[in-house]
Amino acid sequence: MGRKLLLEKAHVENIRHFDVYRREGGYRSVEKALKTMNPDAVTEEVKKSGLRGRGGAGFPAGMKWSFLAKPEGVPRYLVVNADESEPGTFKDRYLMEFLPHILIEGMIVASYALGSNRSYIYIRGEYWWIVDILEQAIEEARNNGFLGKNILGSGFDCDIFVHRGAGAYICGEETALIESLEGKRGNPRIKPPFPAIKGVWDCPTVVNNVETISAVVPIINEGGEEYAKIGVGKSTGTKLISACGNINKPGVYEIDMTISVEEFIYSDEYCGGVANGKRLKACIPGGSSVPILPANLLLKTAKGETRMMNYESLSDGGFATGTMMGSGGFIVLDEDQCVVKHTYTLARFYRHESCGQCSPCREGTGWMEKLLLRLDRGQGKMSDIDLLWDIQRKIEGNTICPLGDAAAWPVAAAIRHFRDEFEWHVLNPEECTRRNYGLAHYADPLEVTVA
Amino acid sequence: MIQFSDSKLKEVEKIIARYPQGKQKSAVIPVLHLAQQEFGGWLDVPVMDYVASLLSITPIEVYEVATFYSMFNLKPVGRYMFEVCQTGPCMISGADNIIDYIGKKLGIKPGETTSDGMFTLKTVECLGACGYAPMMQMGKHYKEHLTPQRVDEIVDECRRNAASNN
Amino acid sequence: MADEKQLFKVTIDNITVEVEPGTTILMAARQIGGDVTPPAMCFYSKLQGSGGKCRTCLVEVSKGSEKDPRPMPKLVASCRTTVMDGMEVKNITSDKVMDARAGVVEFLLLNHPLDCPICDQAGECHLQDLSYEHGKEGTRYEFSRRTFEKEDFGPYIQLHMTRCILCYRCTYVAAQLTDSRVHGVLDRGDHAEISTYISKAITNDFSGNMIDVCPVGALTDKTFRFKNRVWFTKPVQAHRDCDKCCGKVTLWNRGDEVLRVTARKDEWGEVESYDGKPGWICNTCRFDKKKLSDWVIEGPTNVNRHSVISTNHYVNGKVPQETIAEVMGGRQPKLLMDIHDVSDVNDPSVDLSVIPGPATGATFNNKKQQ
Repeated sequence: MGRKLLLEKAHVENIRHFDVYRREGGYRSVEKALKTMNPDAVTEEVKKSGLRGRGGAGFPAGMKWSFLAKPEGVPRYLVVNADESEPGTFKDRYLMEFLPHILIEGMIVASYALGSNRSYIYIRGEYWWIVDILEQAIEEARNNGFLGKNILGSGFDCDIFVHRGAGAYICGEETALIESLEGKRGNPRIKPPFPAIKGVWDCPTVVNNVETISAVVPIINEGGEEYAKIGVGKSTGTKLISACGNINKPGVYEIDMTISVEEFIYSDEYCGGVANGKRLKACIPGGSSVPILPANLLLKTAKGETRMMNYESLSDGGFATGTMMGSGGFIVLDEDQCVVKHTYTLARFYRHESCGQCSPCREGTGWMEKLLLRLDRGQGKMSDIDLLWDIQRKIEGNTICPLGDAAAWPVAAAIRHFRDEFEWHVLNPEECTRRNYGLAHYADPLEVTVA
Repeated sequence: MIQFSDSKLKEVEKIIARYPQGKQKSAVIPVLHLAQQEFGGWLDVPVMDYVASLLSITPIEVYEVATFYSMFNLKPVGRYMFEVCQTGPCMISGADNIIDYIGKKLGIKPGETTSDGMFTLKTVECLGACGYAPMMQMGKHYKEHLTPQRVDEIVDECRRNAASNN
Repeated sequence: MADEKQLFKVTIDNITVEVEPGTTILMAARQIGGDVTPPAMCFYSKLQGSGGKCRTCLVEVSKGSEKDPRPMPKLVASCRTTVMDGMEVKNITSDKVMDARAGVVEFLLLNHPLDCPICDQAGECHLQDLSYEHGKEGTRYEFSRRTFEKEDFGPYIQLHMTRCILCYRCTYVAAQLTDSRVHGVLDRGDHAEISTYISKAITNDFSGNMIDVCPVGALTDKTFRFKNRVWFTKPVQAHRDCDKCCGKVTLWNRGDEVLRVTARKDEWGEVESYDGKPGWICNTCRFDKKKLSDWVIEGPTNVNRHSVISTNHYVNGKVPQETIAEVMGGRQPKLLMDIHDVSDVNDPSVDLSVIPGPATGATFNNKKQQ
C-alpha cells in the first residue's frame, strides 16, 4: 500500500470543514512556514522536494517560483489553476470537493513564499457547486485567522478569491487563464514575456495547478528532502490519478509512483481490473492529449521492461513507443472500443475548444475532426490516413500554445499504433458501422507496428 | 428595463472588490453568470449592455467574452438544461445512448428546446466527471452515472418541481 | 562614444545585419529585404500588439545567441521574437520552415474561398501573393467551406467574413486609432468571426484604415467595390491639407476620375510613416475627396515590378534587393543562358516608359551604336 500525502484524510467525516480539518492536523504547514521560515526558505524547500507541476507539463514547481520577478512596489500574484478540463482528468475536482482546506492551506504557504497578498483560484465554470465549497472554506480560514491581515502575527497579509470561468478548456493554459481572469477572451498570449515577469494585470504571476499547490502542504510539514524520498528519480512525491473508462473502480487514486501500470489497472486497491471481464485494448494514461498506447506497449516498454506509473517510465521510448504522465487522467479502453471513434471524439473536443487565434489550430483541428468522422463512418479513403498524419504534423509545434500539440498527439498516436484499425474502417465500410475492430493483436506480446 | 435588484447589485459590488482597483473588467465573467441567472437563463443584447455599463467597459468587450465561453447562452433556453457530455471517456461509457434516449423521450434533438419551454438538450465537451460517466450538467449540479431509468427520474423530478413552483 | 548604443548582430539566411536591441527577427530581416524576409499576414509594425497569430512568419533559430548558442526547440514567430546578439536564423534556407509555411498557407486557404476572379481584393491581396509564393496547387480539403453573410459596417465599409483570416489587425486599428471600438472577434475556434454583434455602423473618422490593414478582401471600401479592377487603375501620389490626418494618399485613378483613395503603402504593404508617425488617413480624405481638384498630384506611385498593378511606369522604380548570392554563401546562381548575350531586344538599360512612342528594333539598335 503506497503512501498517501494528500488523500490520507479524505474519508474522515466532515473533513470539508475547518474544525475537523484542523483537528486532523491541518494548517500546521502555515504555522511552520509563517512562524519559522522566511519566504525564500519555503521556495527552497519546494525546490528540494523535486515537486513537478501536476497540471500536465511537469515543470519543476520550485524552479517556476524562483523565476518570479520581484520588482519593488509591484504586487505579485499567485493564481491556482482549477480549470481542470482535460478529458479523463477529474482529480482536482475531487480534491476541492472533499478537501478544500488542503488547497487553501497550500495557497497560504505558497502566497507567503511568493509574496502574493491577493491570490486567486480560477475554477472552471462547470464546477459551479464547488465554488460554494471553496468560498465556505476560505470564510472559515479567515474566521480562524489564517487569512486576512497579519496572519498569525507574522505581518503577512493574504486573501484568496475564487474566480469562476465559463466553459473554455483553453483557459487551462496559463496565459489564457490570465487573460480570462482579466475579463477577456481566453486567447493565450504570445510568450515571452512569461507570466513570471508579466502576468495578470501586467504583474509578476505564478500559475500552479490545484494538486501542485496542495502538495506544498506535506512538503513543508515533512521537509522537501523527505518528500523527495518518496517516488523514484525525478518523479518525487505522490500523484493523483483519475482513472476512468472501462474499469471496475473508476475514481481518484493517490499513488507514490513506484507501482507498475499493470498493478494500477488490475489491483483491487486501484482500478480493480477491466470491467465486465473484458480484455484490455488500449489506454491513455495521462489525459486525452497524451499518446494512446496499445495494451502490449502499455504494460511493457519497447525494451521489455515493466512500465511503471511515473513520469520517466511512462515516457520511456519517446512518442514512438511511449506516452506521458500528463495530468494523470487515466482512460482505459476495453476490447469492445473503437479507437477511430474515440479519436474522433477527441478531435471534436479539440476543435470545439480551440480559441481560433492561430491558423494551424483553428483550421487544422476542424479538418482532422471531419476526416476522422468520415473514417469512423466508413466513408473514408486510404489517403485520408496519410492526410491526417500530415495535418497533425503541420499543427504540432507550430501554434501559439500547446493546444495545437494536444490536438495533434492523440491523432498521431492513434495512427501510429492502430493504423490497421483505420485501414479496416476504409476496407470494410459496411461492417465498421455494425461492429468494432476488436482487440486484434494489440494485446499480443508481438512486435508493435510503429508508423 | 434591465436592472439588478439591490441585493444583486451588492453582490456585483462584492465581485468587483475581489479585483484590484481599476481592474473591474475582470468581473465581467462572474457578473455575466449572475445576469444570466437573473434575466431568464440567457444573455440578450440589453442584458450584456447593462453589464457593460455596470463595469464601465464597452459593449463589444462584453459581447466578445460572452460569445467565447460556452456556458453563456445567447439564445433563449428551456427552464431545465440537460448538458450531456459526449467526449471520449463518456462516449466509451455509453453517452451516445443517453443522448439518444433523452432526445427520444423529450422529442427534441441536441440543441433544441421542447415546445413547452421546459427542457433544452445540449451536447457538451468534457465536464471533468469522466469517472462517473455517463453524466450531464443540470444547472448548478452534475447528474452522474446516468441510465435511462435515472433520466426518467430526473425528468419527472423537474416536471414536479416546475409544477409546484408555478 | 560612451553612450553609443550597442548593436546586436543577427545572421538571417547567412546574411548578417546589425540591429538595435529589442528588434524582432522579422524587422531585422526587413532591414535586409528581399527573399529572406518572412511573409507576415497578421503582424503590422504600426499596430501595437499585432502579430504571432497567422504563423506564416515562422523561422528556425539555429543558434540562440553568442552567450547561449543552443538552437530553439521549435520554430518561432519571427514577428514576436526579439533578436539576441549573435543569433542565427534560418528562413528560406530551412526545409522545416518552408514545410511549415506551406502548411500554414494550406490552413489559411482551407476555408478561404478560391474565387479571386470575383474578389475585389484580387491583385493586391496578401493571401494571393502568399499562396503564389508558398502554397501548393490544388487543395486536399474535400468538405464544404465556412461561409458567412456579408455585413455592412456603416455606409463605407463592408465586411465579407467568409474571406477573413482572423489576423485581428482591424480590431487593433479600432482600438488604437478610434475613440471606441465597436467591433471585435466574436465566438471562438473555427467559427470565430469579426463582427459588431449588433450590426452597428462603425463611424469613427479613422475607421477606414481598417480597409488598408486588411490583408485580404474581408474589409473593402464600399465606395470602390466592383467599380474596377485595381490593375486597370493608375495609382498616383497626392496630398491635400487636412486638419485631421497627414493628407498624404495614393489616388487610384482611371483617366481623370478618382476611383479610390488609400493611404500610401510601403514595400511590406503597410502604411508609410512620416516623421516616425504612421500615415493613417481620415475618412474625409478617403471617402469624400473623390475629385482630382481636391488633390495636389505629386506623381506616379512606384509599384513593385512583381505586382500585377503594372500598367504604371517604372521611373525611379525600386528594384528589390537581390539576396540569392549571399544566401547561397557566395555562389552565384547558374545562368544557363543570358538572353542579353544573344539578343538586343529588351536591353535592360533602355527605359521603355521614357522613350517617345512605341519601342521598335531601332530603339535598341541605336542604343548599341551609341
